[in-house]
Amino acid sequence: MSPFSGLTLGVVVTYLSLIVALPLAALVWQSTKSGDTGFWQSLTSPEAVSALKLTLLASLAVALVNAIAGTVIAWVLVRDEFPGKGVVNALIDLPFALPTIVAGLTMLALYGPRSPLGIDVAYTRTAIVLALLFVTLPFVVRTVQPVLQELDRELEEAAESLGASDWQTFWHIVFPNLLPGILSGVALAFAKAVGEFGSVVIITGNIPFKTEVSSVYIFGQIESGNTSGAAAASVVLLAISFGVLLLIGAFRRWATRHHA
Amino acid sequence: MGIHVEGVTKRFGSFTALNEVSLDVQQGSLTALLGPSGSGKSTLLRVIAGLERPDAGRVTISGEDATGVAPRKRGVGFVFQHYAAFKHMTVRGNIAFGLKIRKRPRAEVRARVDELLALVQLQPFADRYPSQLSGGQRQRMALARALAVEPKVLLLDEPFGALDTRVRGELREWLHRLHDEVRVTTVFVTHDQEEAMALADQIAVLHDGRIEQVGSPRDLYDQPQTPFVMSFVGAAAQLGERWVRQHDLDLRLEPTAGALEARVERIARLGFEARVELQLAGSGTVWAQMTCAELNRLELERGDTVWVLADRARVFAESS
Repeated sequence: MSPFSGLTLGVVVTYLSLIVALPLAALVWQSTKSGDTGFWQSLTSPEAVSALKLTLLASLAVALVNAIAGTVIAWVLVRDEFPGKGVVNALIDLPFALPTIVAGLTMLALYGPRSPLGIDVAYTRTAIVLALLFVTLPFVVRTVQPVLQELDRELEEAAESLGASDWQTFWHIVFPNLLPGILSGVALAFAKAVGEFGSVVIITGNIPFKTEVSSVYIFGQIESGNTSGAAAASVVLLAISFGVLLLIGAFRRWATRHHA
Repeated sequence: MGIHVEGVTKRFGSFTALNEVSLDVQQGSLTALLGPSGSGKSTLLRVIAGLERPDAGRVTISGEDATGVAPRKRGVGFVFQHYAAFKHMTVRGNIAFGLKIRKRPRAEVRARVDELLALVQLQPFADRYPSQLSGGQRQRMALARALAVEPKVLLLDEPFGALDTRVRGELREWLHRLHDEVRVTTVFVTHDQEEAMALADQIAVLHDGRIEQVGSPRDLYDQPQTPFVMSFVGAAAQLGERWVRQHDLDLRLEPTAGALEARVERIARLGFEARVELQLAGSGTVWAQMTCAELNRLELERGDTVWVLADRARVFAESS
């Protein structure tokens, strides 16, 4: 223990309490205002369950697609040289800078009824996935990129001299080193997708049982004055997300078990 | 047989790392590529391994043209200065890697890995991860990993460069015994002339992308063909056109025919050996090496005038 660890620990606890723990506690408290039955009803309403399922499945799918696409993009950005690489690299972060509602509008213009590309996926589940892919793109790219930059090229040369093909070298040597980074990115992308509102609210049409995700459902509940119902749905969403994040975290610890 | 390098040139942009280098390495020998940093020694080793593609020239390994052959098909074992340990695999996993890639039967892999663990004396560490090993242990693991696939040629790039002096000495002795035991054609890169002299049967001295001289440690020391080899393999002093080993400088207290007059600037006693720094009457300074016993006999003091005889000095042909 360093002499500062007591102080830093105190600062961290206070900070996390103010920024994370208190708001979450307030949310849980809000969700119980309508009593046990009210809480339970808000949770088990078929519309809420349907929205929750859709949210989790879409988020998982998006996180997985990004795991692969993000890794490939990071690979190209680190290992390949091409004109305009700097611009492409800067482009990756733009989905973060764009207000998500603008992202939703842009998506609708591109892939909606009046799509210049002839692709109309508006008001479908495909549209949700597309919108979520857009807003979660940077995570895996940005968590894998530094790992790949730091990765000792001699590892690959050693594998090669030992007889490994390019694919075998990637699978046995490079991938295990990238995995912790990929998992961090996946966790972030999943969390962001679960809570995403702005980009999906426009393009989905919010059709209950079809394209309505939890965040939009919760917003609807607030609009109609059922704040404790909204809070209850949020709490469940958070609890499940927390579980998934813990799972990814455990997997990540397993992937870094060799670190002394 | 062995390794045959012929007219290899390698450029990185405008920098010529290797300039028409040719070298023969005998089957079963232990050869050192010796030179200062930037001399091209590592590049030459990497060209032999196939990790660099030469711009010109040929590499033949065990009689087969390997110039265009991928590293994984060359049958070479490569050991890196910084170990290149697969840190997500145990010691056992690291050593087994090449065998697993070759899809050898599980029992065979296990037996071979056990054999190698014994050879590099790492049995107690078989299930540890590289991060739990010392530098010397990691390098022995890397050696076992390279030997596991029974390479035709073992290539080591500054294998002891990252280790402290004591471990370096131990590992050097150990590599020598290992080579006696395994007899695989071995080439190692070093910038340390003592390491090259202590280990190698044959040394190739590289300088500015060229091989200056190839020979046994004794040849290089006794018959250097260029001033660079003379001063890099052992030390040498320059007296005008002449080059001489410091221990061949003969100090006289009386004026002597053919000797240079000099003044003693500084005396350093290093235990067995002593160094006497001399200001030459013409110009320049040199230091003479002798035993402390000899220094005592001469009874030299700082400021004394001596006459320096350099009978065994060499004169090299122009522009080498």
